[in-house]
Amino acid sequence: MSKQYETVIGLEVHVELATKTKIFCGCSTEFGGAPNTHTCPVCTGMPGSLPVLNKQVVEYAMAVGLATNCTITQFNKFDRKNYFYPDNPQNYQISQLYLPICRDGGIEIDTPAGKKTIGIHEIHMEEDAGKLIHDEWEDCSLVDYNRSGVPLIEIVSEPDMRSADEVIAYLEKLRLIIQYLGASDCKLNEGSMRADVNLSVREVGASEFGTRTEMKNLNSFKAIARAIEGERARQIELLEEGKQVIQETRRWDDNKEYSYAMRSKEDAQDYRYFPDPDLVPVIISDEWLNEVKAKQPELQAEKKERYKKEFDIPEYDIDIITGSKHMADIFEETISLGANPKKVSNWLMVETMRLLKEHEMEPEDIKFSATNLAKLIQLTDEKAINSTVAKEVFEQIFNEDIDPVAYVEEKGLKTVNDEGALRSTIEQVIANNPQSVEDYKSGKKKAIGFLVGQTMKEMKGKADPSMINQILVELLQ
Amino acid sequence: MANIISDETIEYVGILAKLELSEEEKEQAKKDMGSMLDYIDMLNQLDTSEVEPMSHVFSVNNVFREDVVTNGDDREDIIKNAPAQKEGSFKVPKTVD
Repeated sequence: MSKQYETVIGLEVHVELATKTKIFCGCSTEFGGAPNTHTCPVCTGMPGSLPVLNKQVVEYAMAVGLATNCTITQFNKFDRKNYFYPDNPQNYQISQLYLPICRDGGIEIDTPAGKKTIGIHEIHMEEDAGKLIHDEWEDCSLVDYNRSGVPLIEIVSEPDMRSADEVIAYLEKLRLIIQYLGASDCKLNEGSMRADVNLSVREVGASEFGTRTEMKNLNSFKAIARAIEGERARQIELLEEGKQVIQETRRWDDNKEYSYAMRSKEDAQDYRYFPDPDLVPVIISDEWLNEVKAKQPELQAEKKERYKKEFDIPEYDIDIITGSKHMADIFEETISLGANPKKVSNWLMVETMRLLKEHEMEPEDIKFSATNLAKLIQLTDEKAINSTVAKEVFEQIFNEDIDPVAYVEEKGLKTVNDEGALRSTIEQVIANNPQSVEDYKSGKKKAIGFLVGQTMKEMKGKADPSMINQILVELLQ
Repeated sequence: MANIISDETIEYVGILAKLELSEEEKEQAKKDMGSMLDYIDMLNQLDTSEVEPMSHVFSVNNVFREDVVTNGDDREDIIKNAPAQKEGSFKVPKTVD
């Protein structure tokens, strides 16, 4: 009989903070600039330059720590982690080893077996490295230091997760908290959230952990799930063959669905940390801590409660809408522009979700503005367009955030509210379809649907179906 | 000298520091490191169990910047520091992950 194995997983999650400037200099953190256009002597490691800490970085780190039930370290220092690699122009990364800003927290996740708390060992502040691009033509590497010095927090979990599902649940919860705090947009595909997976396996019932490996290069939830399954299988196979798991860093190749041992940066594990003499200690007073506590925004749980009280919409819809900070923002903003909450919720829950799925997008990728959704709802409220046209127009809003008022005008999609014109069209339809009229009069009430459809066709879709129905019933009496 | 630095140690420290040392330099470095460690041993004789580790030589803390962009595009000057450059980037020998 084969042995039963348990997977033990801990995560190191790097999150790029949403500050306007880098952690130690006044360079912009904007994503996508031309190479090295957001650099200065500090973030390119020029001798004699001095780092000065961005206060907002400390406040974001505190906010995340508070929201994940951590203890905030009131006496903070920065340390240098020494290694030679071209992505790191100083030859050391400024990080926090000895006194990380947050410790001993945890967040609750939902699992099929009920609620479970995943412990957070620590959160520390550090700087990001530059980006290396391989140049095929000259067989060299090109370095862009725009990302060098972008502030990061690294959130280190306890090895409390036992499956890919738990890992995804933890990451989704963490991402949502950080997005609600406005501390980062947490986009895995753009690298503003990165997860390294530490994984080991052991026989069920064993008290000791097995030897773990660390996996990097995971840039989607799907890749993370596949990498966990792949690494679990690889380690079990080694153990079954009587071999040993080697503690190493592996790079996941999502196309080949296999991980490779990374060539170790020679002796790189000896980082020789020491306190950074260029940076003075950061002391967080009770007063400052309370200030940040008072500024904490509404998180998902509170928002859900408020929605339940304020809006008459189903709890399921509330879960979905508050499940994305961006979607909740659109929801609230559209309502503040005068739209009916139920209608806004409907557009988000039905058409938006359908289009997101069709385009394989996440709620975070929604591009349309609340203004244009509010205008569309107003058009339907005024019965200026019917629901079929509204769906068509919404698709344009979803894709290109067009102004629905101008669009409807331009394309001539307005409902014809001229009752006289509608009435004469209906009379024509009745005259052309004696069979359906006969059916209707003999009790087949469903026949009216065909007549509504015919009228709509004649009106080129620009009529209000309830109005057609009303006139038809009246004329067929 | 109480501390004797082995050939292996000096080799390892050289790798970490990215230094290529000649045999002569290695011998000199072994001596220097040994006497440095002797000095540390002397300091270690002091009882510091009641002393807070010094975090900084100045008694200054909480030096911050506000989160405001103050630097513009200074690429032309910055890139002048690169030993080699290409298309606005620092050009370095090929690196492999």
